[in-house]
Amino acid sequence: MPKRTDIKSILVIGSGPIVIGQAAEFDYAGTQACLALKEEGYRVILVNSNPATIMTDTEIADAVYIEPITLEFVRRIIQKERPDAVLPTLGGQTGLNMAVELSNAGVLDEYNVKVLGTKLSAIEQAEDRDLFRTLMNDLNEPVPDSEIIHTLQEAKDFVEQIGYPVIVRPAYTLGGTGGGICENDEELIETVTNGLKQSPVTQCLLEKSIAGFKEIEYEVMRDSKDNAIVVCNMENIDPVGVHTGDSIVVAPSQTLTDREYQMLRNTSLKIIRALGIEGGCNVQLALDPHSFQYYIIEVNPRVSRSSALASKATGYPIAKLAAKIAVGLTLDEMMNPVTGKTYACFEPALDYIVSKIPRWPFDKFEHANRTLGTQMKATGEVMAIGRTFEESMLKAVRSLESGVYHLSLDDLADKDDAFLEKRIRKAGDERLFYLGEALRRGITIETIHEWSQIDLFFLKKFENIVKYETEVENNPFNTDVVKKAKQLGFADKTIAKAWGKTEKEVYDWRKKNGIIPVFKTVDTCAAEFESETPYYYGTYEDENESIVTDRKSVVVLGSGPIRIGQGVEFDYATVHSVWALREAGYEAIIVNNNPETVSTDFSISDKLYFEPLTIEDVMHIIDLEQPEGVIVQFGGQTAINLADQLVAHGVKILGTSLEDVDRAENRDKFEQALQELKVPQPLGRTAFSVEAAVDIANSIGYPVLVRPSYVLGGRAMEIVYKEAELLQYMQNAVKVNPEHPVLIDRYLTGKEIEVDAISDGTDVVIPGIMEHIERAGVHSGDSIAVYPPQKLTEDQKAKIIEYTTKLAKGLNIIGLLNIQYVISKGEVFVIEVNPRSSRTVPFLSKITNVPMANIATKAIMGQSLQEMGYQSGLVPEKEGVYVKVPVFSFAKLRRVDTTLGPEMKSTGEVMGKDSTVEKALYKGLVASGMKIPTKGAVLLTVADKDKDEALVIAKRFHNIGFQLLATHGTANLIRETGVPVQTVAKIGAKGPDMLDVIRGGEAQFIINTLTKGKQPARDGFRIRRESVENGIPCLTSLDTATAILEVLESMIFNAEAMPKAALEAVHS
Amino acid sequence: MKKQLILEDGTVFIGEGFGSAKDVTGEVVFTTGMTGYQETLSDPSYCGQIVTFTYPLIGNYGINRDDFETIQPAVKALVVKEAADFPSNFRSEFSIDEYLKMKDIPAISGVDTRKLTRIIRQHGALKGAIVSADADAQEVIHRLQATVLPNDQVAQVSTKSAYPSPGRGFRVVLIDFGMKHGILRELNNRNCDVVVVPHDTPAEEIMQFKPDGIMLTNGPGNPKDVPHAIETIRALIGQVPIFGICLGHQLFALASGADTFKLKFGHRGSNHPVKDLETGRTALTSQNHGFAVSEESIANTDLKITHVALNDGTVEGLAHKTHPAFTVQYHPEASPGPEDDNMLFDRFIDLMKTNAAKETQHA
Repeated sequence: MPKRTDIKSILVIGSGPIVIGQAAEFDYAGTQACLALKEEGYRVILVNSNPATIMTDTEIADAVYIEPITLEFVRRIIQKERPDAVLPTLGGQTGLNMAVELSNAGVLDEYNVKVLGTKLSAIEQAEDRDLFRTLMNDLNEPVPDSEIIHTLQEAKDFVEQIGYPVIVRPAYTLGGTGGGICENDEELIETVTNGLKQSPVTQCLLEKSIAGFKEIEYEVMRDSKDNAIVVCNMENIDPVGVHTGDSIVVAPSQTLTDREYQMLRNTSLKIIRALGIEGGCNVQLALDPHSFQYYIIEVNPRVSRSSALASKATGYPIAKLAAKIAVGLTLDEMMNPVTGKTYACFEPALDYIVSKIPRWPFDKFEHANRTLGTQMKATGEVMAIGRTFEESMLKAVRSLESGVYHLSLDDLADKDDAFLEKRIRKAGDERLFYLGEALRRGITIETIHEWSQIDLFFLKKFENIVKYETEVENNPFNTDVVKKAKQLGFADKTIAKAWGKTEKEVYDWRKKNGIIPVFKTVDTCAAEFESETPYYYGTYEDENESIVTDRKSVVVLGSGPIRIGQGVEFDYATVHSVWALREAGYEAIIVNNNPETVSTDFSISDKLYFEPLTIEDVMHIIDLEQPEGVIVQFGGQTAINLADQLVAHGVKILGTSLEDVDRAENRDKFEQALQELKVPQPLGRTAFSVEAAVDIANSIGYPVLVRPSYVLGGRAMEIVYKEAELLQYMQNAVKVNPEHPVLIDRYLTGKEIEVDAISDGTDVVIPGIMEHIERAGVHSGDSIAVYPPQKLTEDQKAKIIEYTTKLAKGLNIIGLLNIQYVISKGEVFVIEVNPRSSRTVPFLSKITNVPMANIATKAIMGQSLQEMGYQSGLVPEKEGVYVKVPVFSFAKLRRVDTTLGPEMKSTGEVMGKDSTVEKALYKGLVASGMKIPTKGAVLLTVADKDKDEALVIAKRFHNIGFQLLATHGTANLIRETGVPVQTVAKIGAKGPDMLDVIRGGEAQFIINTLTKGKQPARDGFRIRRESVENGIPCLTSLDTATAILEVLESMIFNAEAMPKAALEAVHS
Repeated sequence: MKKQLILEDGTVFIGEGFGSAKDVTGEVVFTTGMTGYQETLSDPSYCGQIVTFTYPLIGNYGINRDDFETIQPAVKALVVKEAADFPSNFRSEFSIDEYLKMKDIPAISGVDTRKLTRIIRQHGALKGAIVSADADAQEVIHRLQATVLPNDQVAQVSTKSAYPSPGRGFRVVLIDFGMKHGILRELNNRNCDVVVVPHDTPAEEIMQFKPDGIMLTNGPGNPKDVPHAIETIRALIGQVPIFGICLGHQLFALASGADTFKLKFGHRGSNHPVKDLETGRTALTSQNHGFAVSEESIANTDLKITHVALNDGTVEGLAHKTHPAFTVQYHPEASPGPEDDNMLFDRFIDLMKTNAAKETQHA
């Protein structure tokens, strides 16, 4: 069917900030969709609040709105743009919910906006538990016994009938927020209460648990002509009970007979036909391992995380085709973009095994609850491709960059079997490694199966890996054994460890003996048809398909899985670098392992290698491709960390040299460089032992900022105020040794400033300076950043420009650099220099129109900034105010303290822009998901050191009509200043206490700077968690509180009596 | 035990032997189905062929007692990347190795099956042999080049004598050219009273069963190698409703005056899109054929094309313009593969119904 001609312009709703459950996959989907619609000649209007995305580049859509995805703002965009249609199914749950809200509010009708793709009624039918269950009953498709409940009592009644365990699934929430499995009354009360709160419609589904069933997913597509296909099916290694986003998944299914496969395929297609899906859809099913009994778990009537995975696993671009289906095209008239020769109406055939492992943030949140259940906790994922299951799985393991390369963890030797059993029975983030250890101890796969319900097929495969370890160990430098080990996916690191050699020795020996991988193509059709897709993976077999051209090529290293501290911003920079290389006439080759991203879309680069980002895997590609060099500065710390090993292998690093990277990152060399350049920094030194640390801290004076060298996202960084805290830090947070020293700096309080710049060695272009709302001490990634700076003197700006230029030149930066400054008592100090792309590159690029990654890449390749039309110095400031507001995923992570500090905790960010700071902030905060009511109450509990500042804030809240609530001490102080305040009892006191106030929704904002502590028992912690659980903004920085206050003050009209004196004067 | 897979173009793959230890020669083909190896290896249409699975892990869920498409598999040998030695599925009875040993079918693992597939794609299906590791490769290559593969596959796999598969519904005579059990299952599911007859049963004998319809099954090889069947079908067209599948479809075309040709490397797998020209809808189908009906040759016949392969445009379905007869190149009985077009069996039933009604009217 030809595309629709009754519409000309289409509004695409993006997914907003990266949060757990909604990550980079929607940048990939949205970008594909926008480009696909443009390709068909439509005017595309995009709204997305997330600036760190490719899709919000102005080239991707005809009109890009980086505005909050809320009714208020999207309505305005519709008013202004008058789109003919809206496409809601490519922006995750956020996009979908927004479309439903627009429809319910009558906006779509009012402006006559048609909904493209799947009808909203169908979406509702799939998402509303009750409607969905009714549909399944009508279709005669089985769903587990369940009950929709709206109150705790209803939940209890249901459990009385069917018994425990039950699964709680709140309606209309992301990534299973608020859900979980309950085994007893206590868990039921907690989970249901929380679930009802999280659900926007106060509704939960209680479901008989079918934990232990195989969890199978089908990614399906359907068009308006009723052609329906399965793009890919996937099998979760973790049986039902663990959220699919937190499960280790393989594609295609491994343990299903054709009868089982077809049975579930038929069911999936039947459901999407009944729903009338037009586009992509995900069907999750549970299959009894002992019979043909199956249940439908859930249907996602939209493009999802799984569809991004399925797209990368098969090569089949689901989002692109879903967008085209939405405008009326059908699968049988569109070509399969991979082969270019066959049609899109087919089902990909894989001739490899794909593994996906989630990446969890527990390295950052060590106190978080690490068990896995129905609520997703992963921030990202990695994917790997292999020709054997073992190879695929181990490649995925080493792609994680968690310091693991094999099915083993350090420090497991002293753990007893009972410990292993516990960790295997209850799924957690490290279960895979505990499995490996259990097998190593000779525990049988049958026993482990009983513990974990993981299918014996997979356990046997893990056992194959573990068993071969001995073979490797006993046969050093045996080519046959190593060949087999490599086919089983063993890393050189693993082999080196077994032989007591270095990784490089193994690599070199292997290369000399011809044990090197070949690269095979991902072509959707198992080689049945010719295809020219430049999408490769490495494996140890006969035929190499990656043909090296005679063009000059450059390898760009990507940034791996999304994690806290290394988000989609780095993929943004990677993609732009690749595009710049192509513009400059080079063959751009990308290496990455994150299936969610734009960079791993094979149409972005000239060649895509879907491989782990470890030295051995990257070297294989370099050995084959013989590129001009490698660019490491866009792939975050992942890529930078490989630089020295690449150099050791004789590879040329393009851009800033390794020595200069080291000069910026090695504390002592950096200090020396700063002294030479006469750029001031806070006092500080490097400690190689605990004793040295204590001495250093004493000599520079507390408080001090402590952190390990080479950090990512402020990992393990802390501010310590006294020696006892320092000792505790040194013992618990880091393992200090000569190879891994700890940096100790004077902690300066003051305004924090962040700058990104590009240097070609001669000129240094500074696109912009950003000012942080929160004072130094809060990680830059968790701070609200404002552009242009509002409170800098011209003098300070000049200093910043001067230092930035000096540093860029002095450190011989070629390409990008990012600098953080602190302004303490009017003086500018440099805190940190990152000789690479940063989190703020997309934000600044978008604001200033300076395509930073692009020109940095061209500078790296030898073009001068002047040639490209740029001059040294600060680019003239743009009009308007732009703020970047961090977004957290605390609701998904139990037992994580929400206090802001030097360790980064946010998962994503949004941008707010307008003509004043207050308006921009308002937009940013709203876009970040904060509710900003203009009346109500503020609950204050502050630490002693903050009381003075807090009093000022309290008074201002009072002035704009907010009621004040505070704990005893704080309340007394406020009262003393003559401001009315209501005292609230401390936690545990008689009568309604703090927690009751929060739970009761009596406070609209909470300001809490109570002593932070990692023990959940502490009051401050409980208050903060309680506010997260109840969706109430909890401000742990007084600067954030002040900023919000300013927004409120600008929104609220004062009602103040006229000054009395003036009136008297008139009358007298 | 090391084994060699040697192709007539001189390519040699070294792998690990499993299943039977004997040496074999056959036509090397590939199938892209990711599930359904049990159905595939027992599909009689693979008679005489060495089947390569493009999916690298074969045998994961073992061999069960239910999913066979014939009792005695006719496939010559299997080529895989990896054969699972530890199957896991609640119905699994044997590992693939155990089963192949029982049925004396050799197989080889550890082969770069993607490389092999690419060779077949480029050169077309070719002759090959699985031999022991110490065999002289050059000698085998020469022998392969001189080998003429047998063309009596239909006779090898067809039933030797007629037998009933009773039901209470329409009487269907099924001419067995190498029938997959799936076809019989679908007819029995619809209560048909099936009589299975050998491939060389003459038309008169078939009509003596007083059938309500004739089922022409799938089968191996070149349709032109079974000229007697073409004659039989020609005599049957117009007498009773006919439904043909795969080889049955090709024989029906030949009987109607159309022509067939050999495809370069055939269609084998579970993901082949076929467009129904009448409804405009595309179904995903299971396919296994090395020959096809020539499109141009349809012009001078009483046939019309009802289905085409979406990708290469080859003929996938035919119907007689005046008589109640239709055929498809693909496998609506699936097993393995998608069951999208299972309703074709209903169409056959409907055709018999309408025809029966007509007969009564005329009577």
